Amino acid sequence: MQNNTFYNEILTEHNMNPYHKHELADADLSLEGVNPSCGDDIVLSLKVADGIITDGAYTGDGCAISQASADMMLDLVIGKPKDEALRLADIFVRMIKGTASEEEIEELEEASVLRDISHMPARVKCAVLGWHTMEQMFAGGQKTPLIPKEEKPEVCHM
Amino acid sequence: MTAAERRAEDERIRKDFPLIAEGDFAYLDNSATSQKPSSVLAAVEDYYRRSNANPLRGLYKLSVDATDRYEAARKAAGDFIGADSGEIIFTRNATESLNLVSYSYAASHLKEGDEILVAISEHHSNMLPWQNAARLTGAVIRYIECDRDGSYNTESFRAQLTNKTKIVAMAQISNVIGRENDIKAFAREAHAAGAVFVCDGAQSAPHIPVDVKDLDVDFFAFSGHKMLAPMGIGVLYGKREILEDMPPFLYGGEMIEYVTLCGATYAEVPHKFEAGTVNDGGAIGLHAAIDYINSIGFEKIEERENYLTALAMNEMKKMPYVHIIGSDDPKEHHGIITFTVDGVHPHDIAAIMDSDGVYVRAGHHCAQPLLKFLRTMSTARASIAFYNNDSDILRFTESLSGLRRKMGYAE
Repeated sequence: MQNNTFYNEILTEHNMNPYHKHELADADLSLEGVNPSCGDDIVLSLKVADGIITDGAYTGDGCAISQASADMMLDLVIGKPKDEALRLADIFVRMIKGTASEEEIEELEEASVLRDISHMPARVKCAVLGWHTMEQMFAGGQKTPLIPKEEKPEVCHM
Repeated sequence: MTAAERRAEDERIRKDFPLIAEGDFAYLDNSATSQKPSSVLAAVEDYYRRSNANPLRGLYKLSVDATDRYEAARKAAGDFIGADSGEIIFTRNATESLNLVSYSYAASHLKEGDEILVAISEHHSNMLPWQNAARLTGAVIRYIECDRDGSYNTESFRAQLTNKTKIVAMAQISNVIGRENDIKAFAREAHAAGAVFVCDGAQSAPHIPVDVKDLDVDFFAFSGHKMLAPMGIGVLYGKREILEDMPPFLYGGEMIEYVTLCGATYAEVPHKFEAGTVNDGGAIGLHAAIDYINSIGFEKIEERENYLTALAMNEMKKMPYVHIIGSDDPKEHHGIITFTVDGVHPHDIAAIMDSDGVYVRAGHHCAQPLLKFLRTMSTARASIAFYNNDSDILRFTESLSGLRRKMGYAE
């Protein structure tokens, strides 16, 4: 029953003491990523100059996997060109699906600790939240889907 | 009861449940679905081995036997909740039962401006059908809010009732909080205002004796699979005069009397609401499940579940970082313990417990509006059945006490 090897020191450290979890003033790009079914909800912010990601941060709430994955992603992509970041995101998503090669997985550095998530289908969306949000952001996307934030109305007209 | 007596009783009960007797895990997700005793598995197999034929229309012995067994199951389901068998409609589950009321009763009885009153702690399956009924008819929905401990008081209930209220929907026991609502009192209030009362019994039918005539509810829904029966069989009780006044829910075979190219006359209640070939094997499994529950008895079931819930809650209260939703009194939980752990997300709780062989639920428990109201996005839930034992509970609390350390905290 030892199928949860992903709860290791690297992951818990990124969850407990995330380096990149803070507001980012003057961000060039900012996008909310949401897993409505489980409530993971992050806002990813990046500074991009001449096609290079010069800084990045995230805020939000969610399980350890969603938060640590976003933190590890930022560790990896800050300082890299946008296209390189997207290439690594593609490797990460394929690692989760179990189709990335060993050489590719090595390129993900610490984020490779999440490789065993492929055995826990229910947690896949937690692991890829930050990465998908970055992909959507570069594709000029809007956050989807929205979690309504309004207060309870007196009556609901359908 | 001495510890030795309890262990002997545990053993007697647990040997009836193959997955419990043979599995090396603590199954604590009983509110999601229960395990099945051998007698239920045997009854279903016996039906398909010895009596399988399409019930309700055959003119030969095998089909007549299949029909007899199906109707005997209906009688047992009626007896189980104090209803006449003619008021029992077999469905797939409580969700389908509630949808039947919404599509058939609500859609034909509500008009624009009418109000549906729904308890905020409802499972999505006793909330979304009403949102849909409102959308179809132009009615509006009002919500009754509970206190922080999950209880509803008569004053706030009455305050939301108006002369436009036509339907009140409330569960007897919330799948998150575990507290029993005073359905009899609320149904009386609803009737005084001219509304019908729809009760979701999915979490109560497995744990407490139910008498729909005493509660005086107009509809009562429950699922077989949460009370030892197979998946795919559920029950809707409705008062006969109300059922007779309702149009069919699904149209097709086995629910008609006479059909022409332009219309049909429909079979009598309850067959009017059971279109298509029925789930006879499921109904027979439910019958065996009811027999099994009766052989244990609710007195014993409640005693065991209260004992185990108290054991779990006592251990949990020793952990200052664990917070239980709802009452402090184990007797008010009906085996349902929903909780949070400081600094650990519920999905991480469930995943780590899984590696310790402890199976609990995590997430919004299909009650997102309630969790939002309680100001939490998601929680973990351990839910206990009478076939659990002390070691299941201690395996759970042991795993719970090691969670924060595994997530990198000092304790």
